[in-house]
Amino acid sequence: MTESLNGKGLALVPKADGKQTLKDFKSDQEVRWCPGCGDYAILAAVQSFLPELGLRRENIVFVSGIGCSSRFPYYMNTYGFHSIHGRAPAIATGLAASRPDLSVWVITGDGDALSIGGNHLIHALRRNVNLNILLFNNRIYGLTKGQYSPTSEVGKITKSTPMGSLDKPFNPISLAIGAEAGFVARTIDSDRKHLQSVLREAAAHRGTSLVEIYQNCNIFNDGAFDSLKAPETRDEITIRLEHGQPIVFGTGDNAKAVRLAPYGGVEVVNRSEVAESEILVHDAHRPDPSLAFALSRLDEPAFQHVPIGIFRSVDRPAYDTLMNEQLEQSVADKGKGQLADLLLGGDTWRIN
Amino acid sequence: MTKQVQQLDRVIIRFAGDSGDGMQLTGDRFTAETAKFGNDLSTLPNFPAEIRAPAGTLPGVSSFQLHFADHDILTPGDAPNVLVAMNPAALKANLGDLPRGADIIANTDEFTKRNLQKVGYAANPLEDDSLAEWRVHSLPLTSLTVKALEGFEISKKDAERAKNMFALGLLSWLYHRPTEATIKFLEAKFAKKPDIAKANVAAFQAGWNYGETTESFSVSYEIKPATLAPGVYRNISGNQALAYGLIAASVQSGLPLFLGSYPITPASDILHELSKHKRFGIRTFQAEDEIAGVGAALGAAFGGALGVTTTSGPGVALKAETVGLAVATELPLIVVDVQRAGPSTGMPTKTEQTDLLMAMFGRNGESPVPVVAPSTPSDCFDAAIEAARIALKYRTPVMLLSDGYLANGSEPWRVPEVSELPDISIEFTTEPNGEDGTTYLPFKRDPETLARPWAVPGTPGLEHRIGGIEKADGSGNISYDPNNHDHMVRLRQAKIDGIDVPPLEVDDPDGDARVLVLGWGSTYGPIAAAVRRVRREGGKVAQAHLRHLNPLPANTGDVLRAYDKVLLPEINLGQLALLLRARFLIDVISYNRVRGLPFKAEELAGVIQDVINSD
Repeated sequence: MTESLNGKGLALVPKADGKQTLKDFKSDQEVRWCPGCGDYAILAAVQSFLPELGLRRENIVFVSGIGCSSRFPYYMNTYGFHSIHGRAPAIATGLAASRPDLSVWVITGDGDALSIGGNHLIHALRRNVNLNILLFNNRIYGLTKGQYSPTSEVGKITKSTPMGSLDKPFNPISLAIGAEAGFVARTIDSDRKHLQSVLREAAAHRGTSLVEIYQNCNIFNDGAFDSLKAPETRDEITIRLEHGQPIVFGTGDNAKAVRLAPYGGVEVVNRSEVAESEILVHDAHRPDPSLAFALSRLDEPAFQHVPIGIFRSVDRPAYDTLMNEQLEQSVADKGKGQLADLLLGGDTWRIN
Repeated sequence: MTKQVQQLDRVIIRFAGDSGDGMQLTGDRFTAETAKFGNDLSTLPNFPAEIRAPAGTLPGVSSFQLHFADHDILTPGDAPNVLVAMNPAALKANLGDLPRGADIIANTDEFTKRNLQKVGYAANPLEDDSLAEWRVHSLPLTSLTVKALEGFEISKKDAERAKNMFALGLLSWLYHRPTEATIKFLEAKFAKKPDIAKANVAAFQAGWNYGETTESFSVSYEIKPATLAPGVYRNISGNQALAYGLIAASVQSGLPLFLGSYPITPASDILHELSKHKRFGIRTFQAEDEIAGVGAALGAAFGGALGVTTTSGPGVALKAETVGLAVATELPLIVVDVQRAGPSTGMPTKTEQTDLLMAMFGRNGESPVPVVAPSTPSDCFDAAIEAARIALKYRTPVMLLSDGYLANGSEPWRVPEVSELPDISIEFTTEPNGEDGTTYLPFKRDPETLARPWAVPGTPGLEHRIGGIEKADGSGNISYDPNNHDHMVRLRQAKIDGIDVPPLEVDDPDGDARVLVLGWGSTYGPIAAAVRRVRREGGKVAQAHLRHLNPLPANTGDVLRAYDKVLLPEINLGQLALLLRARFLIDVISYNRVRGLPFKAEELAGVIQDVINSD
């Protein structure tokens, strides 16, 4: 069972009888994000993607923490749990580990996942319970009105940092790969096609998948990802990772390629200056995470080049599968537990 | 040589040595032999938090006290009749508790100049007359053991380490304990190291033979089996009983048990025990921290499991926000707090009752939580089932307040028949409950219990969202309406206040006592033993013990008002007293000691007598 579930993240989740549409996944609650928020696009993308999976709606659960993005479950006509700040991965872990028949999605943000809940995130990733974690990264605190976040650039001027923030941001992809997550990807709120293609792969992955979604906060950090969206710059910056394909981007005179660099890194070079054989072919399935980590560093310095797509997709047994196998093994070895036998175990004596 | 046999009705033995001397194991084995023999018994392990404190020092002393008798007893005993002191530190640390005339069995091999200096003895107390008021048996336990193990294929160090088994053998002879079970135990424990197993068995038997053949001990003692209620008995510690209670709750509710836990003294043994019983469908999850432990348990509860988290006070502090979420989402959850001495890290291996107010109020907002406290080690079994019953019936987190004394202490337990256990099963909601016949209202309550319906993921048509934000009564939709919030705050409180709790029973044999001693939790044994003493002396005193701290039994106020004086001993600075004063305007008399140790019966008997006399 352990091996056979590889690549079948939803194999244990019952399928719906009829065809589903986007409408099936809309709840009756009014959506209350700020007009223009990137969350709307992600919500619509998820709602229109889920029918494709064809799962029973009642077997899908969205679990969230606290923050703007964490209101997400209220808008989904599935089961949902809007929990407390940073703890969604822990709560979802208990749920998914005890209910392999559920498709469990965690909705979190950069503050929720990487500040207050950082510990739960890294442990969920190393543990590999069957969860899909969607990390909406807008590089700012929205719900508390605009303080810098653990992904904000150094020197960020906000209400809490009038002279600029001092701490270096996390790169969520590097962090996840460092924790040896089995599935790590990045996508963008405005690119529905790409977003849904990543969700498709994340859902198919059995184990914990982490999808970082760049999401624009038009109130407190507007335009944070404009360079990835504007037609005049996006192709020069965005590196679209595709498994089995050479890593190349840009057009014309600005065509670039990625090749191995000394000391285990990778580097961007002009395409015209490298032989085809030197261009790195993306292998998302490499068990060793080093190369995926190196790719995640290409946006240093900030946003010079930004890889999107699936950095790493490596199968290993999911925690819930292993946990259930221990239960089954225990029953196979010793028989199903009998309470009377348990209570009378050990040294007993009778008094008449 | 025929040796004299003396009959005793009860004995208190304390084994004391260095943390590495195996005193807990020695005590456990003597306890098992004693249980097998059929005495009533009660134990008090007492050990440092450090795994191996510096050898031979006072902070490194570990002890195990066992009280056993031919009648039913309630406490591990106030003062030992026998002290086994494996080194000078063990002697010095425990001498203050020894009454005049008690026996001291001292291992002379360890009374070296250096070891004596380590604990501040200028001269060897075994060789001057400083111990004249006790009966001292000086034995070279280590060298006797090494000698007995000559010819075994083990190192000198391993031979020396078997000295605790020599001591156990000697004590087993002295008190006529059966030995087969210990031999079997040693063979099983060291199954992978047969040489060590044989050596330990040989040391154990050498200790027995030493008692039998030497003149150091002219008398041995017999303590007849106790006459307890008929049934099958086993010896059980509080942590083990609590774990078994949780398993029984899982079986009796039909829900799979999910334990989310982070290791912490003195609660970890519950995690260890439950992780052994996977064939009951129990999932044990060792989380990355206390918060994840309770979070995972709550997530599992959302999915329809019996969610449990086990911890001690520092862990409860960390879990508070999640417990609040369980209050808001009205999901069943059991939070086991094995209380230990605080504040902060405090004294991890020492007992206290100082988390009551945290259990009651340690969360933001109006966040009522039922609180249940077991009274004895074996009562942890029933209290765990009761906590689960309340959690499931009322869809609420429940605090189960054990403590270090109950957790590690043990006593004989009459094993219940499964048919005697309560049925605590509940029904999941599977059909819409809205008036239109199609909608599901996750917060539409049962009019009697005020519990909300519980529909688990996987139930078609009942998809719904819950969370920590205030919700509209009935629909559960987000609501910031002021009146709705006031209504919901009162509803959540009313639900907890209305939990069906059995009445408080009073033990007042003649019905003419004017003083009531009230207790809760682990003080039951010492209070009951003290009450017996007072009554033996002709004193009139009534006793009542609270198992439900929230809500309190409905008759609590009436019971308290029926007496002129209410004495309330607590191992805190008066936490229950504060609640009772606030609730009933009754000026209870507090007696408080916070020493990390249980009360002594003699001490409490004196306090009770003083209150009786103070008219």
